[in-house]
Amino acid sequence: MSTSDDVTSPAIVELIDVEKVYRSGELEVAALRGVSLRVDENEYLAIVGPSGSGKSTLMHILGCLDVPTSGIFRIIGHDAQSLDEDVLARIRNAFIGFVFQQFNLLAHLTALQNVALPLVYAGVDPDERRARAIAALDKVTLADRAEHRPGELSGGQQQRVAVARALISEPAMILADEPTGNLDSAAAADVLELLEQLNADGRTLVVITHERDVAARAKRTIEIRDGRVWDPEDHDVGALDTGALR
Amino acid sequence: MTWRDTFWTAMDAVRSHRLRSSLTMLGILIGITAVVLTVGIGQGAQATVRDQINELGTNLLVVSPGSSTSSTGVRGGFGTVTTLTQADAAALTSNVAAPDVEAISPVSTTSAELVNASTGANWTTTLTGTTPNWQTTRSRGAVLGRFISAADQRNAAPVVVLGGVTVTQLFGSTDPLGSSVTYNGVKLQVIGVLQNLSSAEQAASNDLAIVPISTYAQRLVGGVSRNSVSSIYVKATSAGTLSAAYQETNALLLNTHHVATASSADFSIATQQSILAASNTVDNTLTVMLAGIAVISLLVGGIGVMNIMLVSVTERIREIGVRKAIGASPSDIRRQFLVEASVLGLAGGLLGVAVGILGAVLIPQFSDQRVILSIPASIGAIVIAIGIGVVFGVYPASRAARLAPIDALRSE
Repeated sequence: MSTSDDVTSPAIVELIDVEKVYRSGELEVAALRGVSLRVDENEYLAIVGPSGSGKSTLMHILGCLDVPTSGIFRIIGHDAQSLDEDVLARIRNAFIGFVFQQFNLLAHLTALQNVALPLVYAGVDPDERRARAIAALDKVTLADRAEHRPGELSGGQQQRVAVARALISEPAMILADEPTGNLDSAAAADVLELLEQLNADGRTLVVITHERDVAARAKRTIEIRDGRVWDPEDHDVGALDTGALR
Repeated sequence: MTWRDTFWTAMDAVRSHRLRSSLTMLGILIGITAVVLTVGIGQGAQATVRDQINELGTNLLVVSPGSSTSSTGVRGGFGTVTTLTQADAAALTSNVAAPDVEAISPVSTTSAELVNASTGANWTTTLTGTTPNWQTTRSRGAVLGRFISAADQRNAAPVVVLGGVTVTQLFGSTDPLGSSVTYNGVKLQVIGVLQNLSSAEQAASNDLAIVPISTYAQRLVGGVSRNSVSSIYVKATSAGTLSAAYQETNALLLNTHHVATASSADFSIATQQSILAASNTVDNTLTVMLAGIAVISLLVGGIGVMNIMLVSVTERIREIGVRKAIGASPSDIRRQFLVEASVLGLAGGLLGVAVGILGAVLIPQFSDQRVILSIPASIGAIVIAIGIGVVFGVYPASRAARLAPIDALRSE
């Protein structure tokens, strides 16, 4: 079985035969049933699939928000299962920027404070935090809204604030979970352009979506169905290996 | 994450949930106010007792008649017999037998109805026969006119010194000096008014009439018991010689009463220390009880903090998820919630001390209770308040820290 060992360019994340089973009482639900996937530096990858297909679970594992039940998950060369919560927190802080469908801004903080929050956890001093947060807001053309709270901003503006928060720590990978799901088409186009700009600047971009036109903009698309990677050319989905995905 | 950022994050959370934060603080506030006032009232009560005893006269021994055993073996209880006499008092004045005694004053008392000789106003008070030395032993003199003199004592002069309350009752606001009162038909000239004792509990001490003990025995009270005395005040030369004075008085009286063993003495001697100790015991019981109430209030306040913090963790589960997703470690979250709980505790503690100080100012306005604020107790109360925040914040904080980021994010 081929692994990343013989590949020259380094993978940002790599999953080998990852399974994720949720237990609630007697009931076991397998959200992922053996997914193998590799994401390289500066990739633009779309993960598509119907709701309940396991694509959100996959995104959570990619973002170190959840751990696989079995299989191997490597992030920047480290086996995630062997890392403790503190290290995973540092990885999320420094290497991953999240953009959520629900924006997930903190309501009682201003746009500026929300954007600067990852730097608070990185231990950056307040003056530098402020300068970098203003620069990040400027990049999403919201510098004039810095002192507004999320409730005072439109959905599109809130998502742009979230993008600014995701890019402020200059992460290697941006994970966007249905980033346009709650936006009208004009705002959605803005947000996608911003995300693609980050990809053009050298960051890996992973977009999870159920919208075909959003997925179509990515350089590579994979589809998840029933917890497996769906290969349109090979409907025998259980026989997939990492080689077939490349 | 630096401690400063942790602190401000916690402050933001406290400020953005004003009502909840103030209700949480209220619990702590009540507890701390209770602690501050408990200590203050306890110390105030002790100071009051100390002052009362100092007003009674310092370095003082009080000899009272005690139980006696007659030659036929009939025993009488404390106070039922009049075993102390003016002769005992005279013996105690000896510089040889009792060198550590500075002054003594025998006191005889009876309840007596005095009548203003010109207006006919009457008032029942405590008629006290004593010697001029009473001024020394009781550290108290006349504010108007003069106290009874040695000449009055020698001549059994018909003169009287009245307490402030007695003067008001008999003379109203008119000047009593030179006027007369009668007791059982005997006319007594008012020569002085006693200095009032300040503490309210001493009101009885301001209602009395003092006559020379010779006048008391020869002119006013007849009968076989006229030479016996109710008590003898003995003043030691200093606080250091009080126990020597006690021994001397005891030995001398045992000797003059022909009592062989101290245990069958027909008198008893009380010292200020024993009175002080007795009242301190009462005070301490009171303080322990009040402190118990304070501790319970603090416990309730602490449980309130824990309850609110747990609700807060549940309510802010999504916020915790977002913070974790963007890089907060479990210890960052734990610290944020711990600092939040301690900030609530500190604020509640400071407000509690403030309300306690307000109470200490107001309570004496509405009652006789003195309240003495103690700075160490106030600082201690604030430390306790922070401690309660921390202790009762630990469990909610660790629950918040343990939340898996994904479970936290998924919650709606």
